[in-house]
Amino acid sequence: MGVLFAVLQAATLVLILALIYRPLGDYMAHLYSSDRDWKVERGLYRLIGVDPRAEQSWPSYLRGVLAFSVVGLLFVYVLQRAQAVLPYSLGLPAVPEGLSFNTAASFVANTNWQSYSPELTMGYTVQLAGLAVQNFVSAAVGIAVAIALVRGFARRGSGTIGNFWVDLFRGSFRLLLPLSVVGAVVLIIGGVVQNFNGFTEITTLAGNTQNVPGGPVASQEVIKLLGTNGGGFFNVNSAHPFENPTAWTSLFQNVLMLAIPFALPRTFGRMVGSNKQGYAILAVMATLFVISLTALSALEAAGNGTAPELAGGAMEGKEARFGIFASTLFGSTSTLTSTGAVNSMHDSYTALGGMMPMLNMMLGEVAPGGVGSGLYGMLVLAIIAVFIAGLLVGRTPEYLGKKIGPREIKLASLYILVTPTLVLAGTALSFAIPGVREDVETTSIWNPGIHGMSEVLYAFTSASNNNGSAFAGLTANTPWFNTALGVAMLLGRFIPIVFVLALAGSLAAQDRVPATAGTLPTYRPQFVGLLVGVTVIVTALTYFPVLTLGPLAEGLN
Amino acid sequence: MSSTRTTVRTHWVAVRAMLIFTAVLGIAYAVVVTGIGQLVLPAQANGSQVTVDGEVVGSSLIGQSFTDADGNPLPEWFQSRPSAAGDGYDGGASSGSNHGPENADLIAAIEERKVQVAEFNRVSEADVPPDAVTASGSGLDPHISPDYARLQVSRVAEARGLPESEVADLVESRIQARDLGYLGEPTVNVLQLNLALAGLEG
Repeated sequence: MGVLFAVLQAATLVLILALIYRPLGDYMAHLYSSDRDWKVERGLYRLIGVDPRAEQSWPSYLRGVLAFSVVGLLFVYVLQRAQAVLPYSLGLPAVPEGLSFNTAASFVANTNWQSYSPELTMGYTVQLAGLAVQNFVSAAVGIAVAIALVRGFARRGSGTIGNFWVDLFRGSFRLLLPLSVVGAVVLIIGGVVQNFNGFTEITTLAGNTQNVPGGPVASQEVIKLLGTNGGGFFNVNSAHPFENPTAWTSLFQNVLMLAIPFALPRTFGRMVGSNKQGYAILAVMATLFVISLTALSALEAAGNGTAPELAGGAMEGKEARFGIFASTLFGSTSTLTSTGAVNSMHDSYTALGGMMPMLNMMLGEVAPGGVGSGLYGMLVLAIIAVFIAGLLVGRTPEYLGKKIGPREIKLASLYILVTPTLVLAGTALSFAIPGVREDVETTSIWNPGIHGMSEVLYAFTSASNNNGSAFAGLTANTPWFNTALGVAMLLGRFIPIVFVLALAGSLAAQDRVPATAGTLPTYRPQFVGLLVGVTVIVTALTYFPVLTLGPLAEGLN
Repeated sequence: MSSTRTTVRTHWVAVRAMLIFTAVLGIAYAVVVTGIGQLVLPAQANGSQVTVDGEVVGSSLIGQSFTDADGNPLPEWFQSRPSAAGDGYDGGASSGSNHGPENADLIAAIEERKVQVAEFNRVSEADVPPDAVTASGSGLDPHISPDYARLQVSRVAEARGLPESEVADLVESRIQARDLGYLGEPTVNVLQLNLALAGLEG
């Protein structure tokens, strides 16, 4: 019975996403291709001093991305440091320096890792003017970069890849904002709170006192998910009944997380002039998603491990209204995108169940991945896949009529190497530097033994892949983790973006080579299978050794 | 030094853009959504409060503990799940235990809870459902499983001097089905059940 309901739940999600795929994908293709600006937009472009019709070369586009992100970083940092004098701060003091840096890096990098407990740390002004703004714009930046890469494939002999500022404004104001307003109202209907009441002390039925929180939650919640950000208004994120009150709001939150990442392949297909190419990318993403969701659901339903078996089910850290399957669906969606929101505590998953979110992130978050980052990540893997296919048959590889030469392969390879380097180096350094190791083991790690090592591995996997979820027992508000994870988030976000934009520039400059009998068709099931294989193998070989030290060791013990 | 000039200029563009985004996405957006919520859906927007005789006694979405001042469970109320939020159901400190599956503290806690729940309700340990011995993700879970509610019927009935069948009927009438018939799990809202129980008495 439970399994049937789980399948129905997933089928509902698939149906909704299928209905969204074409209209949303086509809308985005139009949005990022149109040369018409709204009158109000023209006013705003004048205000910031940008000519919306001026096209940018890739270095110029990149300069925009980086300058905007540096400014965002400073804004969020300063807001937190000034919290004591800001209105609606609930009497909370200024956020300490290390934590302010970590949080600013986290939200600007679309990660939303939270080293802090929001109820006890962030007032409403920082949440709204600092964090929520980044939830919008960091998502818009991600989509912009993906669109720039798609333009690289679509254009011929072009020196430019679009205008960053126009892409940023349109993504924020014409895509994310209207969807957020509608989504927020839906969430309020479900019971998500939206007020400025602060905490209300009440006397409970049994005569105890309880602090009931308030806050502008719905407005923040919707963009947290739609922009695949993941930073909760409350400590326990979407497990909190005021963020995610019912099973249907939880399904709706899954839709919000997946809507844009799963529709972007359509946008890609439209912009390169072949919807079939979009369907192929979609098929790769969907295949990986279904396999991963099935594995996690089966592992949690089986409930192996001492504590789950003793309790009679893996319900530690899970809400009664969600049960196993609405928890595993959310956990899979959240880590297969770059969201990192949770409606159940991953730290308390079964050992092998807890490995699945890690694997999802290690996959590079490409199934379907974060808004924008999922598509560009998958397209980089597609370049690797056609290269491997080219080696097999001894031909110069090409993708969508563009030659994949040494420069393209170098950029794609560098892209692939960034996150594993950060994950493995960060984890290793946590245990290799003597002073740090002692701090990590005595202060930060919550669960003793192997599971504690998994907490550290999870943290660096999450930060470097810009996910933001956690094995949340880890106390990350320490100088080491605030600094190391902050750096990992920034490098994990912006170094790949440099390579993607360089790739976009190099592809845009090429002419299209006509397809011949020897061209690998990149819309057939054969290519879909190849790309799934490449994605899994690139990941598995890189991370298998470290997984044997953590979740595999715990689960197979 | 034209590249320095370009860099400075780009950052100045970014600062102005960020100010616009802060005004629109940070402030105006939240104010508009709050306005809609407060005007159209005030009950939900303000936290689904439950009142008795004009006094707010809680939120139907936020779980409560039904314990005495020392934290001992009160037999006359249906009990919520174990909670890792502060000292239990602290709305200012939502939290799960974050204990892993092999964590010795968690294993000991489950063993202890199992014994406690079984003794408290005078049932066999084998009949204690998982949600009765595990802490939720939020620490504020307002629900228990129908199994856990049924398990508590005879104890509650006895403590209140009510016929067991009456309390059992009340529990059955308060079971919330899965959303749309298949999403999530069937649940019983503990606060609402206890409110109905209190009304039943009076």
